[in-house]
Amino acid sequence: MTDTFKLVTDTLLVPAGLETSDIDRLMGRLLSQDIDYADLYFQYSRQEGWALEDGAVKSGSRSTDQGVGLRAVSGEKTGFAYSDEFVLPALAQAADAARAIAKSGGTTSPVQWRNAKSPPLYTPADPLSSLSDQDKVELLQAVEVQARACDPRVSQVMASLAAVHDVVLVARSDGQMTADVRPLVRLNVTVIVEQNGRREQGSYGGGGRFGYAWLREEDRAGSYAREAVRQALVNLEAVDSPAGTMTVVLGPGWPGILLHEAIGHGLEGDFNRKGTSAFSGRIGEQVASPECTVVDNGTIADRRGSLTVDDEGTPSQNTVLIENGVLKGYMQDTLNARLTGTASTGNGRRESYAHLPMPRMTNTYMLAGSHDPGEITASVDQGLYAVNFSGGQVDITSGKFVFSASEAYRIEKGKIGAPVKGATLIGNGPDVLTRVAMVGNDLELDSGVGTCGKEGQSVPVGVGQPTLRIDGLTVGGVEV
Amino acid sequence: MSKKSQAMDSDSTGAALDDAPLAEAVQAALAEASRQGASAAEAAASLGQGLSVNVRMGEVETVEHTRDRGLVVSVYFGQCTGSASTSDYAPAAVREAVLAACSIARYTQEDSCHGLADPERLATDAVDLDLDLYHPWRPSVDEARDLALVCEDKALSADARIDNSEGASVDAHEGCEVYGNTHGFIGYTRKSRQGISCSVIGTENGAMQRDYWYSAARRFGELDSAAEVGEQAAARTLRRLGSRRIPTCQVPVIYEAPVASSLLSHFIGAVSGGALYRKATFLLDHLGKQVFPEFVRIHEQPLLIGAMGSSSFDNEGVATAPRDIVSDGVLRSYVLGSYSARRLEMETTGNAGGVHNLTIDSGEQDLEALIKGIEKGLLVTELIGFGVNTVTGDYSRGVSGLWIENGEIVHPVEEVTVAGNLKDIFSNIVAVANDVDPRRNIRCGSIRVDGLTIAGE
Repeated sequence: MTDTFKLVTDTLLVPAGLETSDIDRLMGRLLSQDIDYADLYFQYSRQEGWALEDGAVKSGSRSTDQGVGLRAVSGEKTGFAYSDEFVLPALAQAADAARAIAKSGGTTSPVQWRNAKSPPLYTPADPLSSLSDQDKVELLQAVEVQARACDPRVSQVMASLAAVHDVVLVARSDGQMTADVRPLVRLNVTVIVEQNGRREQGSYGGGGRFGYAWLREEDRAGSYAREAVRQALVNLEAVDSPAGTMTVVLGPGWPGILLHEAIGHGLEGDFNRKGTSAFSGRIGEQVASPECTVVDNGTIADRRGSLTVDDEGTPSQNTVLIENGVLKGYMQDTLNARLTGTASTGNGRRESYAHLPMPRMTNTYMLAGSHDPGEITASVDQGLYAVNFSGGQVDITSGKFVFSASEAYRIEKGKIGAPVKGATLIGNGPDVLTRVAMVGNDLELDSGVGTCGKEGQSVPVGVGQPTLRIDGLTVGGVEV
Repeated sequence: MSKKSQAMDSDSTGAALDDAPLAEAVQAALAEASRQGASAAEAAASLGQGLSVNVRMGEVETVEHTRDRGLVVSVYFGQCTGSASTSDYAPAAVREAVLAACSIARYTQEDSCHGLADPERLATDAVDLDLDLYHPWRPSVDEARDLALVCEDKALSADARIDNSEGASVDAHEGCEVYGNTHGFIGYTRKSRQGISCSVIGTENGAMQRDYWYSAARRFGELDSAAEVGEQAAARTLRRLGSRRIPTCQVPVIYEAPVASSLLSHFIGAVSGGALYRKATFLLDHLGKQVFPEFVRIHEQPLLIGAMGSSSFDNEGVATAPRDIVSDGVLRSYVLGSYSARRLEMETTGNAGGVHNLTIDSGEQDLEALIKGIEKGLLVTELIGFGVNTVTGDYSRGVSGLWIENGEIVHPVEEVTVAGNLKDIFSNIVAVANDVDPRRNIRCGSIRVDGLTIAGE
């Protein structure tokens, strides 16, 4: 047994008095002749959050959640039940409910377990105890002090610190048993600035799969505070955004949310199997300019969107979605891979034991191109330069997506001009990347704060891109 | 004062959810907090269970059995607080949660506004109030599947252009909750929610469109029929086929009732305690001022019988009561819980956890009449994206909808945005139609707003 296995069984099974033979019994109960696949997902999750406002850490919370999700799949049918009670009778009842999807009964031969090991991409250490509670409070207070020191116009500082320690064990009907221990921390800073009665806000944050210490290294916490203040001050000067279709230059890093919304969701295997995505059946087609190569890469050490193994025990991968503009592949979980005769790409994810897995993104980004970012903005006569975004959404069937700028500027005759108020950008996923005219050489990944929602389930993700020039995006401003 | 609600229903088979273990867990948590030296504490325990069956293209796709428990406890040591939650009610887990909350309270800093709600505001006389919210429906998997199949089949067979489906679902859910605090208050709630939903895809000239419809109610018998839901879903998808963009323009916009409620959500966000005491709202210091046109009244109806947002007390045990938030277009009251009220030196409005059956009064006109009154304009039927800034009121969202010319709908529209400032949007509301959407906690009809910018081609 690897250390991860020992840690996971000690955390999940031993306190409940459960043994491998109990997993055998549950799997036996879940399986019958026409069940193609079944899995048990054991999870023990601890979370905490601390929040500062008015210069003081006034609230904090801690939560513990544990349970087992039991799933049986027959053809395209899935039966699912879960229990937050780690006791055999409750779990057996859940197994019976999940397997009821099968038409016939009958038993199958017992599963022979083998432990699948993947080299871990992050530390198993518990981030909640990686810093003393006093130090967490002091970290937040230092953020407040640094934000206020930036500018006298700062009127409010809100900062929050959060950590999750997730311990999971996946037992599959093919005998594969996989363990993973996932840390996740995050620091967010929001400031409000005030000048002559006008108020604006700015936000920044970062994190990843490690302990809190990372936030104290290289003055990261302080740099988040300064960045939040900088954005808020820019917005104090912002004028109304133009409205209409124009050339848009997107900055590097977080604006990669464009890729996540415009093409990422549309390339998830479930939508494509069902033919409900605007990208369905388009593998091999040119869907982007030849300068564009886009990947979903869950294998980067310590990143917020990374996973050693996904929630079905499949090692995460670096999957090429678009290569030199040509659509190469979809992101798959086991169910959709089996039904479409492909292999899982390690994108089977779930919010918790109480949710069903489905194909989800990890870290989705575009590889660097050849242009200097300065050359890109200089090439635009009239347009918009958007560098920070607050969020986005897509209708995968029509392909229409939006994302909302929180920091943007006008470009006039190749020069970056006045800041403009938050505008929503709207476009059509299947053709937006065909309008990419220039790709920068400055690939950046985001700072580690992204959360993706799909069918009511939230999972941590990453995005990234180099500076991009897109000709003909619609900017939803008010200035006609 | 701790008698339980006795509401039961003929729809239900089997026993009601047992809330005795919830009450025990709440009492155990409060007692443990006192033993740990807390000067005050509050706890809430919840239990929910349900069944969700989804069918797609005439076959069962997923059968989900849900059962969720939770206990959350907050402790106060003077003016310091901490909270913790657990999904386990075992005495050891409850104790561990209380200890975790106490440990956090040792590190949080003092704030004189923290604490339980003032005892005289608690809903001590209202805990027996029967709002008729609990009508459990426990269909078998086959029964739920058959309804979902009828629903999807109705949608798929509506028109040859409906050629794919995201499926139809039938959901049955029931839950109970117990809240208690060290003022001696304990309150019980039981609620059920049933739903039927359907989402189908249509294709015309190679372009796909999707839309959906759902019905939701506390009582199964109050749901629209499965067939009606399927027909609505198909009709909504069909009317989107052939969508196109429109040029950038400034024209009147009607928000169809299901999306009009978002405007009221933004309003509530801007007059809520947290945004106010942080000075993070464009409606700061607007109490007593004209925010909407004179004909607008926005009020809460927390005690409506059987409605989706009804509750006789809020998340702190404070009694709720019907009240006006806006009358004659003037902002009359904020939306506060005890903490934010103390921060603002005001009184709680019984809104810890949110508003209850927020209602904007309708005019005489129906949606058709609103459309008839527009020469050129846009009926918005779907909103996407999150371009709303509560600090400044700046508003810019992606929309799809239907283009109106000379009082008639002429073609569907997509890939455009509507933008403006919420302050202007609120004061430029021209009419509220009487097609109230009853499925949600915000009850409103379609709303016409003038002066927005539509960005398109």
